[in-house]
Amino acid sequence: MISLSEIETTVKRATKAAGFSWGIAEDVGKSISLLEMFGLPGLKNLNQYYKIYKDKKFQNISLISKSNISKISYCPIISGINFLDQIFVLKELPEIDFENLAFPILFIPFLSRSSEIVGKKILLIIDQRKFLLNFNQSIFSNHLLEEDIVEKANKIKIIFVENKNTFNENDWKELYNLSKETFVDESEELKKIAAGAGLTDND
Amino acid sequence: MEVQLRDPKVVMKLSKLGSFHQSKLSFLRSFLKEFKDWKYKRDLFELDENGYGRAVYSLTKNNRTYSLVCFANQINDEERSDRVIATKWDTAFVLHDGIPTKKDLDRLYADVPKQETGRLSYKELTLSRANKSMRIFNHVVESLSQGAQPDKDKLMEVGYLYRTTAVYGSGKFGLADRFRIKNRDEICGPFRLEMMLVYLVREFTFDQVNHIAKQKNPRKAVELDKDICRNLGIGNSTGLGMAPFIINHPTLLNNWILSREISLKKIREIKNVKDNEAELFKKLLKKSLKNVTSWNTDSEFQKKKIFGLLKDMEKLINFLNEDFDFKGKYSFNKLYLWCEKNLKDECIEYIVSLMMEPYDKIINPLIRKMSVDEAKYFNIPTQKNIENLRNILEKNYSEIIKIDFSKKENNQNFWFISKNKEEPRLADRYTDYGSELEQPLAVARDIKILYERITNKKNSLSIGRFLIENNDLRHVVRRAFISEKFPYAEIQDNIIGSKLMPIDMLRLKLSFFGAVKFDPRSDKWLRICMFQGAPLLNDLESFDDGWIYNSLNS
Repeated sequence: MISLSEIETTVKRATKAAGFSWGIAEDVGKSISLLEMFGLPGLKNLNQYYKIYKDKKFQNISLISKSNISKISYCPIISGINFLDQIFVLKELPEIDFENLAFPILFIPFLSRSSEIVGKKILLIIDQRKFLLNFNQSIFSNHLLEEDIVEKANKIKIIFVENKNTFNENDWKELYNLSKETFVDESEELKKIAAGAGLTDND
Repeated sequence: MEVQLRDPKVVMKLSKLGSFHQSKLSFLRSFLKEFKDWKYKRDLFELDENGYGRAVYSLTKNNRTYSLVCFANQINDEERSDRVIATKWDTAFVLHDGIPTKKDLDRLYADVPKQETGRLSYKELTLSRANKSMRIFNHVVESLSQGAQPDKDKLMEVGYLYRTTAVYGSGKFGLADRFRIKNRDEICGPFRLEMMLVYLVREFTFDQVNHIAKQKNPRKAVELDKDICRNLGIGNSTGLGMAPFIINHPTLLNNWILSREISLKKIREIKNVKDNEAELFKKLLKKSLKNVTSWNTDSEFQKKKIFGLLKDMEKLINFLNEDFDFKGKYSFNKLYLWCEKNLKDECIEYIVSLMMEPYDKIINPLIRKMSVDEAKYFNIPTQKNIENLRNILEKNYSEIIKIDFSKKENNQNFWFISKNKEEPRLADRYTDYGSELEQPLAVARDIKILYERITNKKNSLSIGRFLIENNDLRHVVRRAFISEKFPYAEIQDNIIGSKLMPIDMLRLKLSFFGAVKFDPRSDKWLRICMFQGAPLLNDLESFDDGWIYNSLNS
C-alpha cells in the first residue's frame, strides 16, 4: 500500500511537473492525500487530469462569483485554490454555481478545507452526486464509488449550510430529561454547602 | 527579573545553528528517560556461526508492543559502502508495530534488506540498515573468541561496531503514516520510533559479536564486557538528505529551537542558584574537557572549531575559578552574558546545553512541547492583507531582504532531487545541469522577490486577491505567515549562497537527535555517534541521566 505521505510528496512533485507553481503543488499534495484518506479516488482522477492537462485548454478562474459559467471547462485545481483563497468573501453568498468543471472530484478537498476554515458545513452537488463536507473531518456522500473517474461536471452547486441542529427541540428535551436521572436531589443543607462557595456573595 | 528570549535573527543564523550540541532536550536522551519502564524480550535469535540470519527484539509498555526485526546478511567487502549508491548492507532493520507473525517475518525478509527498493506496510514504523566497522568488528570478535576483551583504545577511536546510513520513518516506502501513531502517548515526542530502532540495533550488535565469538571458539570465548558495551554507540553517516528537512518543517523547527531558548531564558531568570546545581554544572563542564579532547576528526573545518571550543572552555574554567561566584544573584544570567562577550558560538552553545543539566523541572515540560501538528498551520490566512504581509517581512526577514540576489555568489547553488536516489542534493547553478528543476528551498531569494513584488501593492489588498496573480510565490507567502506565529521557524541565511556550509544544517538537526562527535567528511556529509555511553537494555530501570558525559571519557 502506498502511504499518504508518499502520495502527498509524489502529487506535489507531479503537480509542479505538470506546470503549476510549487505553492499550488503543496496545496494539491495535501488535498489529494486528504481525498485518499476519506476514501475518495483523488489520485486516479488527478492522474487522468494530468494526462490531458498539457494538450487540452482549461479555463483558469480568477474571481469566483455567485454564478460561474464557461464554455471551456474550468480547471479544478485553480478553481479549488481560488475558492480556498477567497473563502472569506464567498462564505457570505448563500449559493455558488459552477457550470462545466473538469474532474470535479479534485475540487472537493479544497471545499472540505474551506469548510473547516469558515466553520460551516458545505453541501456540494456535482450533477446528481451529493457530498456533505463536515469541517474537513469527514465527507458524507450519496455517491458511491461505482464510477472512479468523473471527467466533467455540467452543474455544480455549493451551499454553505447554516450551523443548526439535526434534531428538534422535543428530541433534545426528551434526551435531556433522561440525562437528569444521573443527578442527585440535594437536601436543603447540601444546597448551602455542597458547591463549596461562600454563603454570601456581597463582599 | 525577566530575561528576553534570544533574538531569532541571531539564533537562526546557520553558523550559530551549526554550533549546537546535544542537550537534555535531545531526542535520544529524552527517549531513554521515557523508556525506563518498558519490558524487553529477545523473541528470536536465529543466526548462523558467522552471525548471519534473523533476530527479533520486542518492547512492551501499556499493552503496546514494538518489535525490532533484524536481518544480518553476508556481503562482499567491495559491496560495503556508506555512500547512497549502496544497494547491499551487512544488516537491515525494521521496527514492526506489534509482534510479527511468521508470515510477517517472511514478507519482511523479502523486502527489508532491499531498503529503498523494497516495500513495507502500515504495520511497519521505521526502517534502517547498517554496515560493520570492519576493523573494530573483527577485532572484537577475534578478541572475545580468544577469551580476551578487545583493546579499549582501539574501540574508542571509532566508538561503535556498526554504522547506520539512513533511518526512515513517516510513511516512506509504505511505512506507517505519522497520523496512525501520533496520538500514542508512549511515543509522543519527535523521532521516538527512530530512536527506538537505533537503540535496539545497538543491543543487537552486542548480541551478534558475542554469538559469533562463541560459535568460533565455544570453550574459550567470553562475552563483551558490559562497561565496554556501554561505551559503544551506533555510528551514523549522514549526507544532504536530511538538510532540507529543517526548511520543510518550519513549525517543528520552531518548537525545537523555542524549547531550547525558553530553557535558557528560564535558567537565566533563576535568582538563587543552589550549591548542588552549580556543582553539577561545574563538574560536567570539567568532564566535558575530556569529551572534547577525545573528539577525533580529519576535517580541518571541525578541527578548528574543536580547537576554539577547547580554548574557550579553558578560558571559562579559569573565569569560574578566579572571578566568579555562583552565590551572587542571577548567576547563570551573569555567566551567560560573560560567555556572549568573551567566547565564540561553538562554546557558547556548548555552555547553553550544559546549563540545562541541573534543571529537569524546567526541561521536562518543554520536552512535551517539541512536537507539532503541522497541518494546523498549513492554510494561508487569505483574509489578511498586504500591510500584514509587509509588516511580517520587514520584521522577521529584515536581514534577508537586504541580500543582493543580482550578485552571482548569492545565487551560486541550487537544491534538486536526484533522479538516481530521489533524495535532495546541492549543485552549482553556473556549472551544473538542472537548475530549472530547482526545489523550492531558496527561501531567502523568494522572500526577497515577494517583498519587491508587494512594494507597489495597496495595503488593503487581501492576500486572497493578491494570490490570484502571484501564485508563483505562494510557497513563501505561506512561510511568511507561519513565521508570524513561530519566531524560530526560519533560518536567517541564504541557503543558495556560495558561503553556505550545508553541514551546519545537518549538525543542527543531529544535535537535537543527541548525536556527538560530529566528524565532517566534507562540507556535505559527516559521521556521528549515537547512544555512546547509554545504559544497556538491562540497565534501563535505573541509570544516571548524565550518562552522555560519563561515556566519552573511558
